Amino acid sequence: MLTESEKEEIAEEVKRAGHARAACVDALRIVQRRRGWVCDEALREVAALVDMTPAELDSVATFYSLIYRKPVGRHVILLCDSVVCWVMGHETALEHLTRRLGITLGETTADGRFTILPTACLGACDRAPAMMVDEEIHGDLTPEKIDRILEQYR
Amino acid sequence: MEKPLTKMMRPDGEPLSLGEYEAAGGYQALRKALGAMTPTAVVEEVKKSNLRGRGGAGFPTGLKWGFMPKADRVRRPRYFVVNADEMEPGTWKDRMLMEGNPHQVVEGALLGAYAVEADVGYIFLRAEYAKAARVLRRAIAEAYGAGYAGKNVLGSGWALELSLHISAGRYMCGEEMGLINALEGRRANPRNKPPHPQLAGLWGLPTIVSNTETVCNAPHIILNGAEWYKGISRSSDGGTKIYGASGKVKRPGLWELPMGTPLREVLEEHAGGMRDGLKFRGVLPGGASTDFLGPEHLDVKMDFDSVPKAGSRMGTGTMIILDDHTCPVGMVRNLERFFARESCGWCTPCRDGLPWAAQVLDAIEEGRGEPGDLDVLADLCRLMAPGHTYCALAAGAVEPLQSALKLFREEFERHIRDKRCPWR
Amino acid sequence: MVATLHIDGAAYSVKEGQNLLQACLSLGFNLPYFCWHPAMHSVGACRQCAVKQFKDEKDTRGKIIMSCMTPATEGMRISIEDPEARAFRAGVIEALMVNHPHDCPVCDEGGECHLQDMTVMTGHVCRRARVRKRTHRNQDMGPFVNHEMNRCIACYRCVRYYRELAGGRDLDVFGWHHHVYFGRQVDGPLESEFSGNLVEVCPTGVFTDKTLKGHYARKWDLQTAPSVCVHCSLGCNTIPGERYGELRRVRNRFNEEVNGYFLCDRGRYGYEYENSDLRLRHPLRLGAEGPRPIPSAEAVSYVAGLLRNGGRVLGIGSPRASLEGNFALRALVGAGRFFIGWPERERALVTTALRLLREGAIRTPCLREVREADAALALGEDVSNTAPMLAFALRQCAMQRKIKVAAAFGIAPWDSDAVRLVGQDEKSPIFIATPCGTRLDDIATRLWRAAPEEIARLGFAVAKALDPDAPEVPDLSDEAKSSARDIAAALREAERPVVVSGTGAGSPAVLEAAGAVAAALRRLGRNVQLSLVLPECNSAGAALLGGGSLAGALSEVRKGQVDTLIILENDLYRRLNAEAADALLAGVKHLMVLDHLANATTARAEVALPCATFAESEGTLVSQEGRAQRFFAVHPARGEVRESWRWLREIGMAAGQSEMAAWQTTDDLIQTLSQEPGLSGVKEAAPGREFRAAGQKIPRQPHRYSGRTAMGADVSVHEPPPPEDRDSPLAFSMEGYQGQPPAALVPRYWAPGWNSDHALNKFQGEVGGAVRGGPAGVRLIEPAADAPARYAAEIPPPFQPAEGQWLVVALHHVFGSEELSAHTPGVAQLAPRPYLGLSPEDAQRCGVGEGDPVELAVGSSVQQLPARIIPGLPRGLLGLPAGLAGVKVVELPAGGRVRSVTGGPP
Ligand SMILES: Cc1cc2nc3c(=O)[nH]c(=O)nc-3n(C[C@H](O)[C@H](O)[C@H](O)COP(=O)(O)O)c2cc1C
Ligand code: SF4
Ligand code: FES
Repeated sequence: MLTESEKEEIAEEVKRAGHARAACVDALRIVQRRRGWVCDEALREVAALVDMTPAELDSVATFYSLIYRKPVGRHVILLCDSVVCWVMGHETALEHLTRRLGITLGETTADGRFTILPTACLGACDRAPAMMVDEEIHGDLTPEKIDRILEQYR
Repeated sequence: MEKPLTKMMRPDGEPLSLGEYEAAGGYQALRKALGAMTPTAVVEEVKKSNLRGRGGAGFPTGLKWGFMPKADRVRRPRYFVVNADEMEPGTWKDRMLMEGNPHQVVEGALLGAYAVEADVGYIFLRAEYAKAARVLRRAIAEAYGAGYAGKNVLGSGWALELSLHISAGRYMCGEEMGLINALEGRRANPRNKPPHPQLAGLWGLPTIVSNTETVCNAPHIILNGAEWYKGISRSSDGGTKIYGASGKVKRPGLWELPMGTPLREVLEEHAGGMRDGLKFRGVLPGGASTDFLGPEHLDVKMDFDSVPKAGSRMGTGTMIILDDHTCPVGMVRNLERFFARESCGWCTPCRDGLPWAAQVLDAIEEGRGEPGDLDVLADLCRLMAPGHTYCALAAGAVEPLQSALKLFREEFERHIRDKRCPWR
Repeated sequence: MVATLHIDGAAYSVKEGQNLLQACLSLGFNLPYFCWHPAMHSVGACRQCAVKQFKDEKDTRGKIIMSCMTPATEGMRISIEDPEARAFRAGVIEALMVNHPHDCPVCDEGGECHLQDMTVMTGHVCRRARVRKRTHRNQDMGPFVNHEMNRCIACYRCVRYYRELAGGRDLDVFGWHHHVYFGRQVDGPLESEFSGNLVEVCPTGVFTDKTLKGHYARKWDLQTAPSVCVHCSLGCNTIPGERYGELRRVRNRFNEEVNGYFLCDRGRYGYEYENSDLRLRHPLRLGAEGPRPIPSAEAVSYVAGLLRNGGRVLGIGSPRASLEGNFALRALVGAGRFFIGWPERERALVTTALRLLREGAIRTPCLREVREADAALALGEDVSNTAPMLAFALRQCAMQRKIKVAAAFGIAPWDSDAVRLVGQDEKSPIFIATPCGTRLDDIATRLWRAAPEEIARLGFAVAKALDPDAPEVPDLSDEAKSSARDIAAALREAERPVVVSGTGAGSPAVLEAAGAVAAALRRLGRNVQLSLVLPECNSAGAALLGGGSLAGALSEVRKGQVDTLIILENDLYRRLNAEAADALLAGVKHLMVLDHLANATTARAEVALPCATFAESEGTLVSQEGRAQRFFAVHPARGEVRESWRWLREIGMAAGQSEMAAWQTTDDLIQTLSQEPGLSGVKEAAPGREFRAAGQKIPRQPHRYSGRTAMGADVSVHEPPPPEDRDSPLAFSMEGYQGQPPAALVPRYWAPGWNSDHALNKFQGEVGGAVRGGPAGVRLIEPAADAPARYAAEIPPPFQPAEGQWLVVALHHVFGSEELSAHTPGVAQLAPRPYLGLSPEDAQRCGVGEGDPVELAVGSSVQQLPARIIPGLPRGLLGLPAGLAGVKVVELPAGGRVRSVTGGPP
């Protein structure tokens, strides 16, 4: 069940966008902000608010990489796997994360703290290898630095 | 050396406030245009300046804006969209421009919108650029507050609604027709051209999409004139360019330099050359979807006409360097994996060809390659040649592959012969 | 405009502006394609149709272009054979095949797969990819369509068809890159009643016919014949397929003027009644212990005996039986004693409809003309449930406006996405006035929900708004007046408006009102057409034949004038309430019934005769368009089953009616019945039995039909001679003419290299257009050129919801309302459960909740039903599902009373 304030926020986006469906990605993000991901029930409710069928909305939702249709941890680590990061040591970073957290790409730690997902170039190529945790970009990753960063997220 | 785009920026990279921007001459161009120039005059000035689109294809911006049909009462609203999706691997110039001087982007957007007589403007931003989102949102609000945007811009009677659209992640959102679909709340599949977006873009109405760096040039052209703009360039393309270098160079970074600065100069003087102990082996001159150039091409002038003569493309002008300790096969594999993953899934060669190419590269890199594999890769490059696919993603995707097959052929063959990657 | 096109050096004339793919295919070239479809046009996704284009004579390099996205222009030079173009096309197939499973042997599409055909066409024979194929989970999509996603080649045809043509919104594409997934958001039956076309639209085996899967046979093993759908009055053309005496599936038979490329699910899947356990297979005689089988000869001589001994006989025919069957019964009992088995109200409705078309000045459109209309008014009829393919056609009509807008931008109608982009929300003016919401409402520019009389009054008001000479509608509300003015304005501006109505609302006034709107437009000189939906597949034929209603039959029986009653393919318990039917049947001494399936009427028969279905016999049906169309036996009737008319003829002959002896074949009978006024065209509906193509018959079995010598080996090792078909130019064998016969005789689509339905391309003059030789069927009704456009005299008073009195109206359901298809398990599964519909306001006022039991009394008929709350249903109206099993028959609309079973009288 969407909360009243979520519904209001979505209605606001719809009004702003002019065309209801134009607000659909924003609406999904509103839902995702509170819950981390978009479950089927929320998807159906959002669909009704943006004048789409669940199939139409899911068609859009499943296209975009930052709309999560499966549960994610409290913090999502987007690990850049594009070319510059690869040249600069993405594989080492991934190995370290995997060892530290006991999960690999697409997985969530048992305590629900982290999910690691691969991402296309974060535009932090001057600080490669890089990753983004929630809204923060961290560059020049080394195993030690990764350890320090992970400590910041509970 | 003139650095119109970056000279105002603070050394710490923090955003200029509205006051700081105005103090440095910001919004004077908009005032000038609204006060003394017709939209057509703005377009003409941009045409004369030889500004070419910085999104990658280098299409003359004035020409593009000029394609917008004459404004009428029926086909409204008209749209002007700033493409700030910047997902090209190895490219972060637009981010620097947005984070460091958001008002310059806003003023550029407003000038572009005025030039094409738009009613609605969007800045289409990728979601990962959270800081850019924060500063742009604020800048837009400030611009509204100062009367630069809104119902009656600077009392001129022209109305423009400007807003920030935050995308949800897909390389295809940067492709202009994909971007338009994304703005409509659809999958970011491209659309066929014709009809061009100028005729039928967003919601079927006249629309222009221009890159962030492109629009940042507009205020300076309008304020200082086309002749000045052409004069600060070292080539026939006008103006300056934000060049970048990444990879194992001493000082990866971005620099605003005259258009046409030679590649070697960017690499050696600005990026400080290769890290100690490493040698330059090749370069993707303008992002992931450009052909590799080798050491013999280091003296190429980085502009839209010269780079193609050397066999690649200027692209985004942010170069990715391959050193002699990095496996070229692995690098190409990484690139093709990226493109395969970012294919929108609409047309066959790209959707099914790229993952195949990526898997062949996997095989070669992992020591399972077979001699025929290189023919398969060459065939796939032909299959995805320009014009063969629905949009330019696939054609861009095979550029590094086809050039690597030529430039680093013996590396591929060695992988297949030795059944392993020599760098592992 | 004609353009000269140079293809591989030779010059050809083609239609200018047409896309090159269509032009090349029409010229007979084999150019492969996937995403393109003649009814869905071009989007340029698959890249399969590439050719080389050269700038001029000197250009030797040329460039690859997508033929489907390129208009043909004067002097254009292209090459199909160019090595680079060939290599490119082979490369596209190779890429498609990277992930396509190699499961052709176990794939239902095998042998009629467009992907197989195109793969062979491009010459891709050797796999180079050593990759792990991507795999998907399949979905359960309900009883009709099977889903096997691994086979997907992502041509996007399914979602384009489903969303853009069929108007469905529950099938879509998910995910991205090579993981794109075509399906539903969650498992569950597809919501569109046109879902079955996915099976034909999908170029490979992702969407296949689930009913076929239950009794599978390859296309080349199916015996097929041209047929006509019996499940509504539109007469869509079909190709049913049979093997081992069992009907296996129904495919579309292209008729440009009727159903085009598509069928509705009732038509496609309703066929399974023919395999039902309820089929009568032997003559039955009712004895003390119930019915027992008797030999045919005994049955014939017994019934003949009843007639011969001077017994007074009465015949009741049927609007779902062929013209031949009805005619034979009429001949047997005499015209004065022949009654079409419909209630008086239905007779009045159908004859009103026919009168409007026959006596008026207005033409009834074929479905192609509806698809091409640029404005529509649907008055009273929920076509989405009573005539689904008409609803489908109206969806295309809605598109006309976009096409027109796009044309102003120089965009060709085949440039599908561009048309939609430029057209945006533009849609042709379409007005729908019905008692209850319809599944077509999304295309309407305006909707009305009202009682039938109110709808009729709106129609008359539109006529008045168009033509001041039309009769005044008294006591019209301001709202209705302004609505009428709006509709009138839109229709007046249209170039090709169509008025749609029908018998579904049960109101002659509604039909008259539709006629009045058409008449008014006609008087303004507009090119208007009037399409009227009728209740059943041969309602028009029955009405043309003439004959009284059941009321007439009942009064004869009451007068004690009837010893023997013969009922043809008609379950009276679906037409009359049980008491009335009982009374009628009880009033006669002897009852003989001919039918396919056991039903309440056959259960009462003293003698029941098993008769052939549409798939086992030849006959003629007249559609609501007035189009007489012939269906042919797909397989010979087995055992004692035979055509109704043959039973009747035998009885007649045995009873001494020697003139019936002349009817040796269907042709003989048709010859006789064509002498009836208005029916002279019937013999032209299809070539007669003497017809030969190049001296040969048309084979029902494909030339690859397998197992002919072995099929009956469990019974006898001797190969029996193929059954003879004395009635038609078709043969129950593989031998015969392999080329293209006239449209009415096309048993299947096949051409060398084209094993899928797309072989149809080779049958059409211009691909996407009519088949060579013109469409099947013959129109029996054309308006008289000088006929006056007249107005009905009577305009009903306004509908007033009265306290305690309700107006009960029939609500039709595409699945469940039609008698025969309801015996198909899948149709039964999708049919609604019995209910009584009421508006939310009324429900609230009465304190009735969804599902609460309510008692409905209409006259003496009382039944208890769960309440269903239907938003949009006008206050004071109750909706009762029409024809649904478990709902008592009442003639609607009618006044009714309800009582909440739990809460007392509302
Ligand atoms: C796959 C693909 C991705 C693209 N991504 C971007 C992008 O992120 N930003 C951008 O400005 N242009 C991008 N482009 C180019 C745009 O399509 C378009 O040409 C550009 O935004 C026009 O701006 P300009 O004329 O100012 O260069 C992309 C093109 C393709 C084919
Ligand atoms: S080339 Fe084709 S599949 Fe690839 S991104 Fe463009 S349209 Fe999509
Ligand atoms: S048929 Fe032309 S691209 Fe698919």
